[in-house]
Amino acid sequence: MIEFKLPSLGTDMDEGTLLQWHVKPGDAVKRGQVVAVVDTSKAAVDVEIWQDGVVAELRVQPGEKVPVDTVLAMLLAPGEVAPSPAAEAAAPVPAPTSAPTLALALAPATTPTPATQRVPEPARPSAAARHPVSPSARRRAKELSIDPDSVSGTGAQSSVTLADVEAAATHAMPSPAAVVQNRQKEMRKAIAAAMSRSKREIPHYYLSETIPMAKALAWLQQRNEGLPITERILPAVLLLKAVAVALQRTPQLNGFYRDGKFEPGVGVHAGVAISLRGGGLLAPAIHDTQAKPIEQLMRELADLVKRARAGSLRSSEMSDPTITVTNLGDQSVEAVFGVIYPPQVALVGFGSVAVRPWVEGGEIRALPLITATLAADHRVSDGHQGALFLAELRDLLQQPQALAETATSTPSQEGSPT
Amino acid sequence: MSYDRPALTGSVLEILRSIAPEVEPAGIDLTRPLRHQVDLDSMDWLNFLVGLQGRFGVNIPEADYAQLITLDNVLDYLRERLRPAAA
Repeated sequence: MIEFKLPSLGTDMDEGTLLQWHVKPGDAVKRGQVVAVVDTSKAAVDVEIWQDGVVAELRVQPGEKVPVDTVLAMLLAPGEVAPSPAAEAAAPVPAPTSAPTLALALAPATTPTPATQRVPEPARPSAAARHPVSPSARRRAKELSIDPDSVSGTGAQSSVTLADVEAAATHAMPSPAAVVQNRQKEMRKAIAAAMSRSKREIPHYYLSETIPMAKALAWLQQRNEGLPITERILPAVLLLKAVAVALQRTPQLNGFYRDGKFEPGVGVHAGVAISLRGGGLLAPAIHDTQAKPIEQLMRELADLVKRARAGSLRSSEMSDPTITVTNLGDQSVEAVFGVIYPPQVALVGFGSVAVRPWVEGGEIRALPLITATLAADHRVSDGHQGALFLAELRDLLQQPQALAETATSTPSQEGSPT
Repeated sequence: MSYDRPALTGSVLEILRSIAPEVEPAGIDLTRPLRHQVDLDSMDWLNFLVGLQGRFGVNIPEADYAQLITLDNVLDYLRERLRPAAA
């Protein structure tokens, strides 16, 4: 049997509320499949499963708030046979092993009728036996996206009526304004916890470098010319790519500091800081940023921003970032000195691109410039390595074509512009 | 398809609100730089343009972004390009 535990979805999360299961006992699951939705203080997250198997038992019910590492479900490994199916079938006890005190199911637990009907697949343990559901109630439940079987019925033989469904829907949905306000409060708390820990534990050092962007912007402009809007690449994507490629040279900036030692990241999973309308931010990962073509990075970034704001991120995106990149955007200020998101060991910041004076070949010219900064963990790297990183970043951005082409190939030492 | 100015303004504001739901249309000054009034990052701006393209079928080249500072600029730009069809 495999234990499927609630993964940590970021340092600032030590518990989560299970909102919904996408699987039931008996379902075969594949690695990477989204099996549940968990509400964290920051967002509702689609939780992926990390091995193939067959769901044997769901241990936590929707509505329960549990700490990280709690076993959410038991799985049979591929090929494994349930230890004693007879014993399990003989025990249709609705009370799950997990702490029932936190349970906050939709249905305020009417006395469950003993499982007289044999349901082919084990019913949701919280719902005990299913009550009949009137067709109109079922239809309405579908419209309202509620599971009619989770609603307690007040009709004949505890059947679920239209009114029951509507009552359940009202209970299930606190006013949107209250939700938003609560979410903002929770998110502020989560950010406070993570950033306080960072400043308490991580000896930050900071470096800054002004980078000419004329070549990169001219290249992008040429590339985007004549393309439909949806295929154009934003400068932010080229910057992201440059960070990931530059990190190949300074792996001490990419990874985690855990239990007193540094664990280098496998691949660059760049956490992209995304500010949310109304306050707060998230920094979900784009996996293997260094290996992806810029067209793909653009698509993934657009998708990530959309999903971060809609509150539908995946667990791996929340837990995986090996470094954070924060880009304050083109309408913003000159430089940002970031606070490292533990257990990561570095944060790269970009200010806005602006035309400023620059000396080149003994002449002062007006050029678009960007200030790149690095905040890094002195327990893992020194200013020398940090400086190498920023210098590499600067050089990469002077050869945008070569940078874009490092996409699919393994990182080459020489950029050979074609 | 023909758009009079109020209808066009309404449609554009609707697209803007799909990206920045907190925007109060009445609070937008058509003559002041849009991105000083509404918090739009480069991705939001791009999505705004994608929205305009979807609604009006106008593909706005990147070189023209610099002309689109105020909402009035955007409306003029669109009317200019929609005119042949509106004739």
